[in-house]
Amino acid sequence: MAELSYREAVARGIAQEMDRDERVFLIGEDVAGAGGVFKTTVGLLDRFGPRRVVDTPISEQAILGAAMGAAMTGLRPIAEIMFSDFFAVAWDIVVNEIAKARYMTNGQVEVPLVIRSANGGGARFGAQHSQSVENWAMAVPGLKVVAPSTPADVVGLLAASVRDPDPVLFFEHKSLYASKAEVPDGEILDELGTAKIVRPGADLTIVALALMVPRALEAAEILAGEGIDAEVIDVRSLIPLDTATILGSVEKTSRLFTVEENPRVLGWGAEIVSIAVDEAFWHLDAPIVRITTPHVPLPSSGGLEDETIPSVERIVAEVKKGLV
Amino acid sequence: MNPLERLRARRAAEDAGEDPSMTTPEAAMGRMDKPYGAHDPTLPPPVDSTLDQAPIPLEHRLRMYELQQEIRQVETQLHRLFVMGLVQGTSHLYTGMEATAAAFGTLLRSDDYSFATYRGHGHTLARGASMKGLIGEMLGRESGLLGGKGGSMHLTSVEHGMLGSYAIIGAHLCIANGAAWSARYRGTDQVAVAFFGDGTTNIGAFHEALNFAAVYDLPVVFVCENNLYMEYTPIGQITAVEHPAADRAPAYGLESIVVDGNDADAVYLTARDALEKARSGGGPSLIETLTYRHGGHSRADPGTYRPSAEVEAWKDRDPIPLYHQRLLRIGVDESTLTGIQTSVAERVDEATEDAKAAAKPDPSVIFTDVYADGGYQWRN
Repeated sequence: MAELSYREAVARGIAQEMDRDERVFLIGEDVAGAGGVFKTTVGLLDRFGPRRVVDTPISEQAILGAAMGAAMTGLRPIAEIMFSDFFAVAWDIVVNEIAKARYMTNGQVEVPLVIRSANGGGARFGAQHSQSVENWAMAVPGLKVVAPSTPADVVGLLAASVRDPDPVLFFEHKSLYASKAEVPDGEILDELGTAKIVRPGADLTIVALALMVPRALEAAEILAGEGIDAEVIDVRSLIPLDTATILGSVEKTSRLFTVEENPRVLGWGAEIVSIAVDEAFWHLDAPIVRITTPHVPLPSSGGLEDETIPSVERIVAEVKKGLV
Repeated sequence: MNPLERLRARRAAEDAGEDPSMTTPEAAMGRMDKPYGAHDPTLPPPVDSTLDQAPIPLEHRLRMYELQQEIRQVETQLHRLFVMGLVQGTSHLYTGMEATAAAFGTLLRSDDYSFATYRGHGHTLARGASMKGLIGEMLGRESGLLGGKGGSMHLTSVEHGMLGSYAIIGAHLCIANGAAWSARYRGTDQVAVAFFGDGTTNIGAFHEALNFAAVYDLPVVFVCENNLYMEYTPIGQITAVEHPAADRAPAYGLESIVVDGNDADAVYLTARDALEKARSGGGPSLIETLTYRHGGHSRADPGTYRPSAEVEAWKDRDPIPLYHQRLLRIGVDESTLTGIQTSVAERVDEATEDAKAAAKPDPSVIFTDVYADGGYQWRN
């Protein structure tokens, strides 16, 4: 067991899979020589060499197209899109090609690849380098969508993503890169489509993802001081989605809150709320509350950005309001 | 003169107040100051009669003849079936452009990779994919290459190395790079070939793909089939250079190559060199084949924006009669050629009957093959 930062966990997860499987290679802007602009791939070039760790031009379509072509022909690429906002310049490759190839070809083509990307706000980078776009990906049949919140989950879910036969978009949260936690030694392999109850509680359920998970946990501690016992669920994987864990919790607590970094309209929580209303309506004791970023682009100035993205204080306040 | 020299010469002529010729592909094609559809015709280049003596094995020439016949007859049949209301959705016929797919189809090794656009019927047949599967797909049947789930614009036959038809132009050049990357990574000498039209040269992915292929010296051949029209607009009117692909090649450190795309032998010789170069580690090539579609852009388009003199001139330069005459000149019997034609016609008829008789897909397939487990489950 060693303490590892979230960013170190990325490199460890990639290295674990590259050691295991010769077909795995890493490709992206500044991932090799520079070790990644977020230092998430430090040491990989030295360890695996330039054949398997490759710097590219700023050409997101070329990067993802190359990853797709390689995946179709027997390799297991890990491609990096530096900031998840940049998916927009290569969305054709992701949505129209990678996601649909298996279906359109009646199962002839498979595209087993992972696209990693730094997602989310909190770094004062402004509206084009701070978005949480996991809900864009969630809306596209054929993709799998993963967003870990802890270093151990980074390693285990990244390994599961690389070994998955479907294309996986793996969203790393850039405001979590510096966070540290104990990570078990040896190989770690987790499972996609499994949510985790990260704090058991009896009074209400808070469902969160990525950076919102530590915030929800902190909010739960504050609420506990006021005699409110919150259960916190880390969704971890939006597709496949572990609705059983979420609905099981709602059946127990009868109250559901989602904490989403996406702008309000069609954030991932909207789908979870829809499922809860369809399938757990008679268990609910109160209206469901979505705590989200409002439907605005993200401002850059620190105070403004902090006001925009759900904070611990806002989660506490919204939960207390929703419990009335 | 290479295309750049031609461009400079034309600019010099214009600067000197001369009116450069508008009657060859080497001249500027459209002019924005003419009303839509009233641009000067771009006429085909003269036939290169020295190609009769080209060092091409007779077996390969007969294969190119057969493939051109297959493609032409299938496209003609699909047009017929469309008029009868049997072809579903849209379709983009390759009629008139067969020489390029036939030449590459003859040369590609069975483990090489092809990537095409929505105008991909010919490229799919040229890899040996089943005619029954192709026509079945066009009729939306269970017997189709894609089981009725892909349609005309996504024809794929992985077992034949045909890795797909991509209906949003540009992406597949990037994807072909990946297949080429994979071939080299795995230590094989497979080559990837991406076919696309002149219109594709103005989308960003084209430029990303060329730079990428050149930077990593990938074993990939890019083939721009310049049929002079980007959908309904003359390519010259909306492109900054005369030769949409060849004039861009030097920007990526590649040779400018323009070849007569209506002469299978001309394409063959160029393709052979490019494939050999890629296979032996020499890196990518970009080839521009000059050709013409006999019909409109898609089934909805009669193509009336094209000058009739131009359409007639290119139809006179049809790649199939040209090749037929060449084969006769080099000593092939008329009966051999007629035999090929007839045998192809029989197969087309048989494939058509097969497709017409095939079942429509079961609705259950709506839910198959979204994910690798065979289904579409996204939650528990």
